[in-house]
Amino acid sequence: MGLIDHEELPGIVTVPLRRLVNWSRKSSLWYLLFGIACCAIEMMATGASRYDFDRFGMIFRASPRQSDLMIVPGTINEKIADRVKVLYDQMAEPRWVIAMGGCAINGGPYHGEYNIVDGVDRVIPVDVYVPGCPPRPEALMHGVLLLQEKIAREGLESRAAARA
Amino acid sequence: MAEIATRDEQLGVRSEELFVNMGPQHPSTHGVLRVLTRLDGEKVLEAEADIGYLHRCFEKIAEKRKLFQVIPYTDRTDYLAAITNELVFVMAVEKLLEIEVPPRAQYIRFIMSELQRIASHLLWFGTFAMDLGATTAFLYAWRERERLLDIFEAVTGARMLYNYLRIGGVRNDVFDGFEATVEKYLRDFEKRLKEYHDLVTGNRIFEVRTQGVGVVTAEEAIAYGASGPVLRASGVKYDVRKADPYLVYDKYDFEVPTGQNGDCYDRYIVRMKEMEESVKLVRHGLADMPAGDVMGKVPRRIKLEGDTYARIESPRGEVACYLVGDGSDQAYRLSWRSPCFVHLQLLNIMARGGLVADLIASIGSIDIVMGEVDR
Ligand code: SF4
Repeated sequence: MGLIDHEELPGIVTVPLRRLVNWSRKSSLWYLLFGIACCAIEMMATGASRYDFDRFGMIFRASPRQSDLMIVPGTINEKIADRVKVLYDQMAEPRWVIAMGGCAINGGPYHGEYNIVDGVDRVIPVDVYVPGCPPRPEALMHGVLLLQEKIAREGLESRAAARA
Repeated sequence: MAEIATRDEQLGVRSEELFVNMGPQHPSTHGVLRVLTRLDGEKVLEAEADIGYLHRCFEKIAEKRKLFQVIPYTDRTDYLAAITNELVFVMAVEKLLEIEVPPRAQYIRFIMSELQRIASHLLWFGTFAMDLGATTAFLYAWRERERLLDIFEAVTGARMLYNYLRIGGVRNDVFDGFEATVEKYLRDFEKRLKEYHDLVTGNRIFEVRTQGVGVVTAEEAIAYGASGPVLRASGVKYDVRKADPYLVYDKYDFEVPTGQNGDCYDRYIVRMKEMEESVKLVRHGLADMPAGDVMGKVPRRIKLEGDTYARIESPRGEVACYLVGDGSDQAYRLSWRSPCFVHLQLLNIMARGGLVADLIASIGSIDIVMGEVDR
C-alpha cells in the first residue's frame, strides 16, 4: 500500500519516512504493567493465553521508562492520581494512553463519590477510551486497533510540540 | 527462618540502612499496594504496607443506594470472587428480612461459589508462580480460568462481575445442559491440576523460594485475626463453611486442608488442595440439585430493621457483612470485614529478616486483592 516497487532493483521498496516510522511505532506498543482495579484483571486476561496481546507486538513492561503505552485499567482516586501523573511523566515520548473501563473514563460506577477522580483525563491526556465495566478483552483489543489507526495518521513532528 | 548472613556480616562490616519504596506501581504487588521497606543490604528489617490507593467509598455508597443497587458494588470489592461477595451481602439482607430462599437457588449459589473458588485460586496460582519467575504456569492457569469464565458467562452474562445473586434467590436459572458442561470441565480440570503439580510443586527452585519463607505461627495468625488459607496453612483447622455452615455445606463432608509450618509453601499446598475439595463439592451439588423456582417470595416494600451479621468463607478467607437498618428500605450502615486487610498486616511478620525476593513471595502467597483491602 503506497509502496513503490522498483522494477530494475527488485527487493527494494520506497516508502515515505513518516509511514515507516508510524508502522514500526504501532507494531510494537509495549505497555506498562499497571494494574489498578477490576479492569486490570481483564487486561491481564487480554495478555494471557486465550487473547494473547503478543500478536499485536504488545509486551508488558514493568518500568514506565521502557513503555510506549499506558493502559489505565481502574478507578483513579485522589491518592493514586498524582502517581499516575508521575508514571506518565516518566514515560518517554512518543507515548499513548488508553483509558480502560468506565472508571478511567469518567468515574464509572463511582462517578461523583468523594475521593474519586472522575476520569483519568483530568490528570493525563487520553488517546482512546474503551467503555465497559469491565470491558471484555475483545473490546480492549479493539481499542488497541483504533490506537494503531490513530498512530498511522500521525505526523513526524514531536508529539509534545503538536499538543502544545 | 534460616539466618541469612550477608557477605558484609561475614566480613564484620556494617552497612547503612536503606529505605526503599516499593509500589504502588510494581509488577508483583497485585494492584496498587505500596510497601515501605527498611533494608540492610538484601535483608528486610521492616516492611510496612501503605494502602488506600484504591479506596472507592464502598461502605458509604451502600448507605446511599437501594439494597439491590448495592449488589454490583459488592462485586467490585473483591473482583476475583464476585459471587461470594454478593452472597454475603444478600445473606445478610435475607437474614434481616427473614426471606426464605428456594432450595434450587441455594444449590445454584453453592455450585457457583465453589466454582468461583476454583477460578480465584487459579488466578492466584498463576500470579504467584509468575512472581517467582515461572511464566509458563501463569499461561496454563489462565487457559483453565478462561474456560471456567465461559461457564460463568453462559450462566450470568458476565465474565467477572456478575451481579447475579438477588435478594431471595438468583436472577435466572442455569442454562440447559449446565450439569454436563460443568462436569466436563471438572474432568479436564482434574487432569490439569496434576499437570500443575508436575510443573510447579516438585520444582526445586520453587521449593527453595517458598519453603521456610514468610512464616506465620498459629499464635500470630490467630492474634491478628487471620482466616482462610493463611490461617489454615499455620495449622489451625478453621473454616467458616464448617464452623458456621451456610447454604448447604452442612450436608456434605469435605476436608479442610491444613499445613504445619505456616510458610509460603504451605499456603500454596493448602490452596491447591482446596481446589480439589471444591471439585468434589461441585460434583455433590450437581448431583443433588433439586428442580423448582430460583426466586423466593420477597416483599414489595422492604423495611430494614435491626442489625445482623453474616459471614462466609470466600477464597481469601472470612468475609463478613454487618448490616444495620433503621426502618427504611436502605441500609443505615454497612460494614465489611475484609480478610485481605487483615492478612496484609501480617506482611511485616512474614518479611522481617528475610531477603527482598522473599518479600515478593510473601506478598504473593497471601493472595491480596486491593479492591477488598481498601474497599
Ligand atoms: S470500570 Fe468497572 S470493572 Fe473497571 S475498574 Fe471501574 S468498577 Fe472495576
